[in-house]
Amino acid sequence: MTDKTEQIRIVLAKLGLDGHDRGIKVVARMLRDAGMEVIYLGLRQTTDSIVAAVEQEDADVVGLSMHNAGHLTLAPAMVEALRQGDIDVPLIVGGIVPDADVEALEQAGVAAILGPGASAEEVVATVRSVVSEA
Amino acid sequence: MTSVRNLPVDALVELALTDDRRAVGRLLTLVERNGPEATECAMMLHAHGTGSHVIGITGAPGAGKSTLVGEMVQQMVDGGSHPAVLAVDPSSPLTGGAILGDRVRMAGVTEAFIRSVATRGHAGGLALAIPGAVRVFDAVGYNPVVIETVGVGQVEVDVTAAADTTVVVVTPGMGDAVQANKAGLLEVADIFVVNKADRPGASDARRDLELMLDLSHMTGQEDASYRPPILMTNSLEGEGHSAVIDAIETHRRHLVDTGQLAKRRRRRIEFEIESRLSTVFEQRMIELKTDQRWVDIVDTTTAGTIAPPAASQQVANLLLH
Ligand SMILES: Nc1nc2c(ncn2[C@@H]2O[C@H](COP(=O)(O)OP(=O)(O)O)[C@@H](O)[C@H]2O)c(=O)[nH]1
Ligand SMILES: [Mg+2]
Repeated sequence: MTDKTEQIRIVLAKLGLDGHDRGIKVVARMLRDAGMEVIYLGLRQTTDSIVAAVEQEDADVVGLSMHNAGHLTLAPAMVEALRQGDIDVPLIVGGIVPDADVEALEQAGVAAILGPGASAEEVVATVRSVVSEA
Repeated sequence: MTSVRNLPVDALVELALTDDRRAVGRLLTLVERNGPEATECAMMLHAHGTGSHVIGITGAPGAGKSTLVGEMVQQMVDGGSHPAVLAVDPSSPLTGGAILGDRVRMAGVTEAFIRSVATRGHAGGLALAIPGAVRVFDAVGYNPVVIETVGVGQVEVDVTAAADTTVVVVTPGMGDAVQANKAGLLEVADIFVVNKADRPGASDARRDLELMLDLSHMTGQEDASYRPPILMTNSLEGEGHSAVIDAIETHRRHLVDTGQLAKRRRRRIEFEIESRLSTVFEQRMIELKTDQRWVDIVDTTTAGTIAPPAASQQVANLLLH
């Protein structure tokens, strides 16, 4: 019997109170159009609700979209929550992250960071590469 | 770091049976892929069946199925049940990708296990993926198992075949009830829900459904001892859901009392065995076509030496060996 070709499953969410969901919807479509299964959680998620979704959906990767200044606390909190849950999947942060913060996020264990201007090719390539390196 | 994702199937099954959610999640992926691990998983889990009630929820996109499921499942959790949800959404026919957004409408649900499934990309199709996933939930002890699906075509057929109780969701206006009739949903419905009952036209939708049920009762297609109830819900206000849960329980008891539950489950197994066999034969057929013996049979048939029925018989013999 043939295996289903390994199709990437990605959980996409916004953490906390940030109510801006235009960017994350665009990214969801880019990834779907690249043949991925996007489990879309939408707005106002908590680290717990994202961990629960990753477990139940057996996702390969998590994408967090951030448009408020909370990334320096929220992204490391997400990495930590995944670690606590014993879940070995990479985290990608997308949105507005000042250059000065990139290193701190990488230090904290964020696998990749995508700026607001990233093209569909860049987004898709980044997701594929963090999944294959994981 | 230990990763559940790399464990062999027997270790995963052992963990899953302790309700380790990562292990259950992983098994569901293996079942969907329908490789040798899926077979191994089915072989190990079939004997662990707990007899969970399987509820199919079907209806047009946007009818409010996910919102309704979210409300019902939370009530079930509050009532002490341990439900699981399979939320099936269509894949893009062009790319095979999918946006699975049902969890957005079930965001308040914390205890239930929710799994999103795309319609494409399953070897053997949903006809195998759905019973396989139900088997995992059933063995782990999730009860009921709720399957949400868009009410069209083969997907809907595969889901209702897997369900003990099928709930058809319609909305006021736009002739939903008439559409449901055309789509053949009337025959499979055990319970009707008119959702968005806060909107105008809800009682018209109910009346349309009553009329259609009267007609189908007159033509004698139905089980005379059971008439599907028609219930109204407003999912935004959380109104009417306990009546739906009660109706599901009433239907379940009807199935048990009349011996139909055992029959439905037998039919389900029959359907799964058939689907499995078709998949095996389709696969063998694909392989055979790259074989010289296939070419020879086609050549001799083309040359007129043997007739197509005899050729088919020869092919059947090859497939069976
Ligand atoms: N007015 C009203 N809207 C509802 C009701 N139930 C769901 N909706 C809305 O209908 C839309 C589709 O709901 P969803 O549950 O995703 O539908 P599905 O595609 O059938 O799963 C959402 O915007 C819901 O908020 C209801 O009872 N009344
Ligand atoms: Mg839905």
